[in-house]
Amino acid sequence: MAMDINGTHHGNEPRPGQCLRTFLREEGALGVKKGCDGGDCGACTVHVNGTPIHSCLYPAVRAQGKSITTVEGLADGGTLHPVQEQFLAAQGFQCGFCTAGMLMTAVTFDQKQKENLPRNLKGNLCRCTGYRAIEDAVLGVSTETEQSCGGHVGDSPGAPAGRAVVTGAARYTLDVDPADYPGLLHMKLLRSPHAHAKVLSIDTTAALALPGVRAVFTHHDSPAQLFSTAQHELFTDDPDDTLVLDSIMRYVGQRVAAVVADSVHEAEAGVRALVVNYEERNAVFDPQEALRPGAAAVHGDKDAKASRIGDPVRNIVAELHTELGDVAAGLAGADVLHEEIYTTQRVQHTALETHAAIGTLDAGGRLHVRSSTQTPFLTRRALCRVFGLPEEDVRVVAGRVGGGFGGKQEMLTEDIVALAVLALRRPVQLEYTRTEQLTASTTRHPFTIKIAAGARNDGTLTALAVDVVTNTGAYGNHAPGVMFHGCGESLALYQCPNKKIDARAVYTHTLPSGAFRGYGLSQMFFAVESAMDELAVALGMDPLEFRRRNMVRDGTPMLSASEEPQADVHYGSYGLDECVELVADALARGEQRYAEAGQNDLGPDWAVGTGTALCMIDTVPPRGHFAHSAVELLADGSFEVRVGTAEFGNGTTTVHAQIAATALNSRADFVSVRQSDTDLTEHDTGAFGSTGTVVAGKATLLAAEELAVQITKAAAAMSGTAAADCTLVPDGVDCGGTLLPLTRVFSLAASNKQRLCADGRWGGTPRSVAFNVQGFRVAVNTGTGELRILQSVQAADAGVVVNPRQCRGQIEGGIAQALGAALYEEVLIRPDGSVASDILRQYHIPTFADVPRSEVYFARTHDTVGPLGAKSMSESPFNPVAPALANAIRNATGVRFTSLPLARDVIYLGLKAARESQGVE
Amino acid sequence: MDMNTIEAVVPTTDPAQWRAGDAWLAGGTVLFSYGSVSIRRLLDLTTAGWLAISSTPDGVDLAASCTVAELYELPTHAGLPNNWPALELVRQCCEAFVASFKIWNVSTVGGNICTALPAGPMTSFCSALDGVATVMTPAGGQRQVPVADLVVGDASTSLAAGELLRSIHLPAAALRATTAFRRLSLSNLGRSGVLLIGRLGDEGGLVITVTASTKHPVQLRFGAAAVQPLPGAAVVHGHLFPQNPRPDAAALRRALDEAIPGTLYHDDVHGDPLWRRDMTYRLAEEIRIELLQSHLPDAPLADGYLPEGN
Repeated sequence: MAMDINGTHHGNEPRPGQCLRTFLREEGALGVKKGCDGGDCGACTVHVNGTPIHSCLYPAVRAQGKSITTVEGLADGGTLHPVQEQFLAAQGFQCGFCTAGMLMTAVTFDQKQKENLPRNLKGNLCRCTGYRAIEDAVLGVSTETEQSCGGHVGDSPGAPAGRAVVTGAARYTLDVDPADYPGLLHMKLLRSPHAHAKVLSIDTTAALALPGVRAVFTHHDSPAQLFSTAQHELFTDDPDDTLVLDSIMRYVGQRVAAVVADSVHEAEAGVRALVVNYEERNAVFDPQEALRPGAAAVHGDKDAKASRIGDPVRNIVAELHTELGDVAAGLAGADVLHEEIYTTQRVQHTALETHAAIGTLDAGGRLHVRSSTQTPFLTRRALCRVFGLPEEDVRVVAGRVGGGFGGKQEMLTEDIVALAVLALRRPVQLEYTRTEQLTASTTRHPFTIKIAAGARNDGTLTALAVDVVTNTGAYGNHAPGVMFHGCGESLALYQCPNKKIDARAVYTHTLPSGAFRGYGLSQMFFAVESAMDELAVALGMDPLEFRRRNMVRDGTPMLSASEEPQADVHYGSYGLDECVELVADALARGEQRYAEAGQNDLGPDWAVGTGTALCMIDTVPPRGHFAHSAVELLADGSFEVRVGTAEFGNGTTTVHAQIAATALNSRADFVSVRQSDTDLTEHDTGAFGSTGTVVAGKATLLAAEELAVQITKAAAAMSGTAAADCTLVPDGVDCGGTLLPLTRVFSLAASNKQRLCADGRWGGTPRSVAFNVQGFRVAVNTGTGELRILQSVQAADAGVVVNPRQCRGQIEGGIAQALGAALYEEVLIRPDGSVASDILRQYHIPTFADVPRSEVYFARTHDTVGPLGAKSMSESPFNPVAPALANAIRNATGVRFTSLPLARDVIYLGLKAARESQGVE
Repeated sequence: MDMNTIEAVVPTTDPAQWRAGDAWLAGGTVLFSYGSVSIRRLLDLTTAGWLAISSTPDGVDLAASCTVAELYELPTHAGLPNNWPALELVRQCCEAFVASFKIWNVSTVGGNICTALPAGPMTSFCSALDGVATVMTPAGGQRQVPVADLVVGDASTSLAAGELLRSIHLPAAALRATTAFRRLSLSNLGRSGVLLIGRLGDEGGLVITVTASTKHPVQLRFGAAAVQPLPGAAVVHGHLFPQNPRPDAAALRRALDEAIPGTLYHDDVHGDPLWRRDMTYRLAEEIRIELLQSHLPDAPLADGYLPEGN
């Protein structure tokens, strides 16, 4: 048995049932990625004798005698394949986890295939980009721009990791050298088949007798410390309701036990051999039912105060009841009213890289965990709390992370891996399958929103009231935060004297909800922006005009739950009005384009309409978000930036290099960035809440500015020039007309035992607000329910856009992900509480064929709060998409859809029901 | 994914070798996609070297191991009769796969049929053309069964344990028919929620084959198509309307009412059964108009094609 891999003979034997993907990775081809392991995502695409195939579906034994090419074999030595160059020139990636598969597919295309990319790329899923950049890359369109000032703020330099990404050399969580983890063991988890049960006994005898099985961990081995998988600067933001291993099962899919063995397949066999005796209990799946007296209590065993659970007996994690003004009077004084119940569904992040962690102890007994996480520092803190370890005894590192979207603001793998590593004193790895990702990680919180809103004939909003129930599932991770945040900016966006919020976050026996891009706002804006549209329709007013009359203006108080605005949230800049006009103008141009092209009449079955929605988001989460950066001059005259925030495709690495280069009057490519390692910097709250630029970036800016002063001062002393006559320039310091090279500055400083290194710290306050406005023009086939997006426009107020190409990519990716959530994505729960949509064929995320090209516009604002005028822009592009789409369908068909997702069957049946009820009337 | 309970891969096409815990391995794109915790051996039939496609004046024979990519190239084969317009269905059905062309390089016609998903495009293709499957039995014999009868439910076939699908014969008379193809999915290029194929043969009979929207293929045969099987086809399959060679909209609707009870509409994440039902009626009517009136009207479909009641 032998095969040729990238021109090298490999003689190892695969196992009989092994797929080619895992064999290639065992042989060192770590560029071959697992996104789904079921043939759906294409991340594992390789060539067998020149033919592209999905290596996860290909029996490895069948590859014998054949020649395999992986992404590592694409370049000719140091010369990249032209398509690799194209992916760099168009930056056809964000996290890059799909890139190897995209490349291995695209390099096989002939001209005819390139002319039909929806068909030919539908077997390659990307969750980050929205595919526009990938289309450009495949077709050889470069989006590189002239670096007029060396990649400073406002330029669009490429991601520093670009070359590593396109060559398969970028190292994600599990792309490690086995030599670094001698004796590595693998973990598999037994998961609960019951939605609510007590584990009476676990017989591990048969499992432990199997070859290769080293240990089984059960609730008897679990630390007693309750915690939350959610990661926040203050752990008290979330209820302590979770154990590493619990004896009570609260959802189908919860961990029952962990088996650790020499190999994955032996661990799997160990899991199958466990014998568990359960006592089944009544379960409750619907949050409304969970609120009823007598409903099964999900955490009835918890102490409300100790666990910080609002009312464990009533399944309430947290609640909020506030009223500003007098809503009843506001509604009574309205000329038009809208009352409706809106619901949003469970959505899964579907980052291409699944959750995974690998842990080990070093010679000194210190625990090292390498994890796919957005929060390495908080995860270290959580591990220390759960296992009673001092912080210096734990190091958490995130490699390049293959997508996050909030799903990795949780500790889902690290705790159980740490338990095994600490017990066995050997390296242990746990990698989630795609099915575990879909059935047993976290999802977006489903919201039920009863809204009542009123307006006067002059277009003045008189009342806005919401009654909200959120379903947090079996655990309360992020339940309070998502509920509070969701009810914040969504109501604060509009000026209205009378506002009321009743909200409850409710436990059910379903898989846990968690942090998800938008953090409650996408759900709430669906209701609020649908309601604004309905009020405008009722008034016979243009919906954007209605919004213009009521939306917050620069300086007007932003109020939701409290009479006083949040003290630390300011209009550091205000571009909402500009965004509204950008979208209105773009939609008008689009309509004109269609008319001029004679494409306005799509046929008798088609109804055409436009819809818009606004959204607002605070640029930083509340109650502190901390970052520490260090910037240092290196011997070669380049700069190193050390930051805590993780890179998962959000592009913060590029942004930090740009910010440092700007402050140091250098070039972005003279700046290297190291990141997301608890040994590298003091602290970082984490890459969530869209903080990579506005918080961590601010710390980097402060550090770089301080370093610039240090260098200038040092050069002044070295050259004997007055500091006022010294100017930092690329490569050196201009000392009164004489250039002192930075290499010289370094060596002179070093000879004085001086390191030129500065720290920057930022605490995430004060904060500003960012805005997004989405517009759609759609056509709906009333006979089939088919929806065509004729035009998609988003305008964003991101302040000064640090890297326009990357920021455009964030917005395009947000629109695409939101289209999936608006149109078909739904984690479906069966009557027994288990998840039906457990593979990507049952959980369809947008493919190339599903996503239109969007027009993206930026407001021209300069923020007084954010670094160099910048604001956050990674979560928020998601938020206005679903309501804008529903409003466009409403405009086209006259029918209001109140439940997501709006798949074609839903649209068709909704239109039919509306026709029939009209017929009855 | 790795199939970690597999102890051996055995190259064989002999059903007598099959024992409990075995699975036939063709392309492997389904087995390795879903994985298994119970299969012990994979019986690899691709090493037998079966000729993927052979065409004769009697029709086309597809080996079960014929890959979708090989089938896709069939219309370009030299020497095919020029009066087989139904070959147009080959690419229409291949394009109906939610899986991309890369999967087609490996997955097989037989594998898709034996997986027996309602949306299996090879089931749609072969049943619409009255394809007849040859099945090898563990006793050493062979039997013939219409593909439309091979798939009996969602992920369910009429194959007995150990039986192996050898090949599918597509009769020439079906290939000579004019066809109409309609498909709807909840997402662009996604899995079929409804897939209907109409066939108007030279004997004058209309055949409409419903797949994807129903748990198993349903065929409606009108006029001559309901009277006797095509040469090479085993039986006259499906719901027969011999008295009505040219159904009007109402007759077609009644035929669908009779052929497909409400419970037969498939219910999964790829389409609400009520939508599937209405779309089945709609697409059937479009096909009827296309094949019997040779053009689609400019106006929306006339009222009355939808089923009554809800």
